[in-house]
Amino acid sequence: MSHQSSASRSARRFGVLLAATALVLTACSTPSAPADEDDDPAAAVGDSTGVTDTTVTIGTHTPLTGPAAAGYSSISAAATAYFAYLNAQGGVHGREIEYIVKDDGYNPANTQTVVRELVQQDGVFAIVNGLGTAPHQAVLDFLNQNKVPDLFVASGSTAWNQPDTYPYTFGFNADYVVEAAALAQYANDELPGKSVCMLGQDDDFGDDFLAGLELALGADGVTAVERYSVSNQDVTAQIGALQAAGCEVVTLATINGFTALAIGTAAQLGWFPQWMASSSGADYPTLAGYLGEAAPQLLQGFVGTNYSPMADDDWVSLFREINDEYNDGAAFDGNTIYGMSVAYTFGQALEAAGENPTRESLLEAVTSGALTGNGIVPVAFGADSHAAYLTVGITRVDAGVQDYVGSTYQVKDGAVTAVEPQPVALTAEGVPGA
Amino acid sequence: MTRLFPRLAGTPRVLVVAGILTLLAIGGTFLLDPYRNFQLATAAAYFCAIGGLTLLVGLSGQLSLGHAALMAAGGYGYALTSIALTGAGLAGAGRFVIALVAGVVAASVLGLLLGLAGARLRGPYLAGLTLAFVIALPAVTSVFSGVFRGDQGLQTAYEPVPELLNRLIALEQWQAWVAIGVTSVVTTALALVRRGAGGLRMRAVRDDETAARLNGVAVRRVKVTAFTVSAAAAGAGGAVLCFVTQSVSPGGYTLAFSLLLLVGAVVGGLGSLGGAAIGAAVIVLLPWVLSLLAGSLDLPAELAQRLSGNLSVLVFGLLLIVVMLVRPGGLAGAFGGRRRGPWVRRSSTSPEPAEAPAPASPSPSPQKQFLAQER
Repeated sequence: MSHQSSASRSARRFGVLLAATALVLTACSTPSAPADEDDDPAAAVGDSTGVTDTTVTIGTHTPLTGPAAAGYSSISAAATAYFAYLNAQGGVHGREIEYIVKDDGYNPANTQTVVRELVQQDGVFAIVNGLGTAPHQAVLDFLNQNKVPDLFVASGSTAWNQPDTYPYTFGFNADYVVEAAALAQYANDELPGKSVCMLGQDDDFGDDFLAGLELALGADGVTAVERYSVSNQDVTAQIGALQAAGCEVVTLATINGFTALAIGTAAQLGWFPQWMASSSGADYPTLAGYLGEAAPQLLQGFVGTNYSPMADDDWVSLFREINDEYNDGAAFDGNTIYGMSVAYTFGQALEAAGENPTRESLLEAVTSGALTGNGIVPVAFGADSHAAYLTVGITRVDAGVQDYVGSTYQVKDGAVTAVEPQPVALTAEGVPGA
Repeated sequence: MTRLFPRLAGTPRVLVVAGILTLLAIGGTFLLDPYRNFQLATAAAYFCAIGGLTLLVGLSGQLSLGHAALMAAGGYGYALTSIALTGAGLAGAGRFVIALVAGVVAASVLGLLLGLAGARLRGPYLAGLTLAFVIALPAVTSVFSGVFRGDQGLQTAYEPVPELLNRLIALEQWQAWVAIGVTSVVTTALALVRRGAGGLRMRAVRDDETAARLNGVAVRRVKVTAFTVSAAAAGAGGAVLCFVTQSVSPGGYTLAFSLLLLVGAVVGGLGSLGGAAIGAAVIVLLPWVLSLLAGSLDLPAELAQRLSGNLSVLVFGLLLIVVMLVRPGGLAGAFGGRRRGPWVRRSSTSPEPAEAPAPASPSPSPQKQFLAQER
């Protein structure tokens, strides 16, 4: 008994000591308070984390390894090349852009870690073009809680366009509802009476896409719907089910790798329906890389959507030059154009954010409606729209060349309408504000 | 540690030591920036799982390669309950505690089933069974994607810093506190199991099943209990991880991660909770340190891309081989064996509430030693 009490006495003494230590630590520890109560003088006018006199540091998460890497790893390389070009032209307001690219393997669990690293350790000014619906979904709350601008997400989920819930997040891709509605409308216009089916990813990508199809075709207008998950690289069962359902047009809510997988699997089964894919999985050079020698035959007549410049456009010529000079002449494909388009649009936003950009002024610049981007229509950002493209053009592959066919559709107030494209012309050698 | 509280023994000492280490860990969070607090919270969650695993493998002698699946069960249990409670309008501490308990229960039930099947198997067959569990996880989540949302996983509402502490600490620090709190309860419970009659029976079963049975130990029951307790700890770890990141997805609980947990347990020292703490810290910090190193070397872009993600796997393998060659008892043994004094000081700077230095490797007669300690 007596040893118990002496022990508890010594424990108590120890506890008091610890409590005192903890208090001292509280007093002298670095203020781990939220950034908005920073005692930095600049805090009075705004948050300029990641901005120095000579640089602006931004970051992204993207798959450089894993199943999605082959289809998308060239995007961040292209964006990096455009930033190198821009920096060589003097940067934006005299500041060079440093673009930190982190690999998340298209795995939401990794995205959480790398984005925390970017925000809390590397202290980036903004996250630009984080890639993937599921991966980015995992950091959406985190970025908005920490008030980090989350610009131009590389995914067409409608989740990015919620200005009230997520004021810091902006999408870049045409959202999947728009793409699916446009494809379905095109199928209706050009191939009337054919049964339309869907193969889609087992996440918001597939859900949004299906909603778009139903918007254009009505609730029972889709003959059959099959879903796949990225972690299982075998879609034989799904393709077999679609074939059995008598599908004539198969719309694809798939990433590039799975578009190729679906087309290849169907070809092995001797089935050749009309394929129509979301821009996320419709890049001809990338698909051709997957499908190899058979690509020209398998992809003849392949329909997709897009909104970036394509084929023989002034933008494309400039991007080719940049790719040769700053990207070691890497294979030039739709991802290259996409990555550089995003980078150009960010350059525009940063330029519009003023001489001394803050996170607040950057957001103001994006929502001001002054950005144009470089697509087939000016970007649609505004105070109540965090989506870049509500209009997409239909593309088709003919003899190994993918280009716009001229049909362009807009989704507005829940209805699909055909509109005229208004391409943004190249100005000032692609240097924002020059 | 005996020097610290010479008069204290048994359960009270475990509790006092655990309390002190918890306080130290919580005090330590003030020295860390938000990102490192996030890492600390992650390490705490891993500590729960590795602690459970080390008890299972080191004490009861059953091998599990599927602890990631048990963590995932805890994570999904937490997330589903938390989402349901949010829908019912409940928030705050109540939601967290109920969801945490649900996560632990989900993992325990899974562990119980696995243990019931596992008690009939041994060696590679048991390993194969647990392996199948973790491999099946992505398939299960995509087949029942209506509930588990496939690869995308589930997102939960986040628990903000309580009003009272809001001005004092950041979100990450608060999350680290909660993680440390849960972890200390879990690991203290594990330490008590380890020291108590249950632990003694587990060792007896591990060393010689027949002898244990002759001495009246219900071998099957001991094995199943070990699995269930271990699963409960892993489930708590998964729930904490879900609390910290506000999401759970199958991509976070891959086979590679499951094996990494085992590497953590072995590198730290099988059977030792201090070793589990070291293992958890190594698993969290090593990839991060390596990426910092690789980043500072200014490697060509292509090489850097190749190394990204792969380098740490390589180094874990090397580390495991080196530790097994030099210190078969694990890193905890390296500190605890000959130089007891320094280890005590070291452990008090370590952020996790570690248990007293334990004989890391099975010493010649663990029972005798255990009895000597206890009585």
